[in-house]
Amino acid sequence: MNFYDTIFYFFAFVTLVSAAIVVFSKNIIYSAFSLLFTFFGVAGIYVLLNADFIAVAQLLIYVGGILVLLLFGVMLTNKVVSVEMKTGTLQTIPASIIVAMTAGALCGVFYMTDWKIVRSVPQMTTTANSLGEMFMTTYLLPFEVASVVLLVALVGAAMIARRDRAIQNLKPKI
Amino acid sequence: MDVGLTHYLIISAILFSLGIYGVVTRRNAIMVLMGIELILNSANINFIAFSRYGGMQLDGQAIAVFVIILAAAEAAIALAIVLNIYQRFNTVNVDDVSKLKE
Repeated sequence: MNFYDTIFYFFAFVTLVSAAIVVFSKNIIYSAFSLLFTFFGVAGIYVLLNADFIAVAQLLIYVGGILVLLLFGVMLTNKVVSVEMKTGTLQTIPASIIVAMTAGALCGVFYMTDWKIVRSVPQMTTTANSLGEMFMTTYLLPFEVASVVLLVALVGAAMIARRDRAIQNLKPKI
Repeated sequence: MDVGLTHYLIISAILFSLGIYGVVTRRNAIMVLMGIELILNSANINFIAFSRYGGMQLDGQAIAVFVIILAAAEAAIALAIVLNIYQRFNTVNVDDVSKLKE
C-alpha cells in the first residue's frame, strides 16, 4: 500500500463518515458542520484525481458560499433559543431498504463493468490554464449561458427572499 | 489492489445513496438541500474520475465546473424559497407545506 493509496483511504474515510453524520444526525447544526468535512474530503479526492482547479473551486464555492448559505438558512428558520434543533425523520425503514438496494446495484455495476481505462496516467500538471482555454473555445456557449444563469439566479434569489412589504405593513407598529 | 477508477466510483455511489437517503427521509427542507448537495458532489466525483481514467482529456473537469456553478445557483434560489416559506407558514417542514396558495 503506497502513499497515494493511504491518502486516498484517508480522504474516503473522512468523506463517507462525515456524509453519514450529515444524513443520520438528528441535530441540524451537527449536520451542517459535518457537511463542511464532507466538502473538504471531496476536495481532497479531486486533488488525488489531478483536478487541482476543481478542488480549489470546490473549497471556495461549496465551503465558502453554499455552506454559509445553508447555515444562514438553518439559523433563520429555527428558533435557536427556544426550540431544540431536532429535525424529524419519516419512513426510515422503507427508505433504508430502497437506498441499500440502490447502493448495492450501483456498486455492483461499477465493480463488474469492464471499464476502458487509459493506462498512461497523465503527469500531474496544473489544469487551470487548459481549463481556461477550453472555456474560451470549446465550451464558450455553455460558459456564457452559465454566467447568465448565475446572474438571473442571484437577482431572483434576492428578490424572492426580500421581505414582503404588504405583510410587514399589516403587523402592528410598536 | 491499487486504487483505481472503481474505488472512486464506489465512493461516489455510497455518497449518492447517502444523499438520496437524506432527501427522502428528512422533513426539514434545509436537510433536503444538504442531501442534494451530497448528490451533486457524488456526480462531480464521477465526472472527474472518468476524466482522469477514461481518456477524456479535461472535458469531465469542465463539466464539473458547470455542475458547481449550477449548484451555487440552486442553493441560492432554494434558500430564498425556504426563507419565504418560513415567513408565510412559520415552518420549514416539507410535509406541512402542501398548498401553493392559501
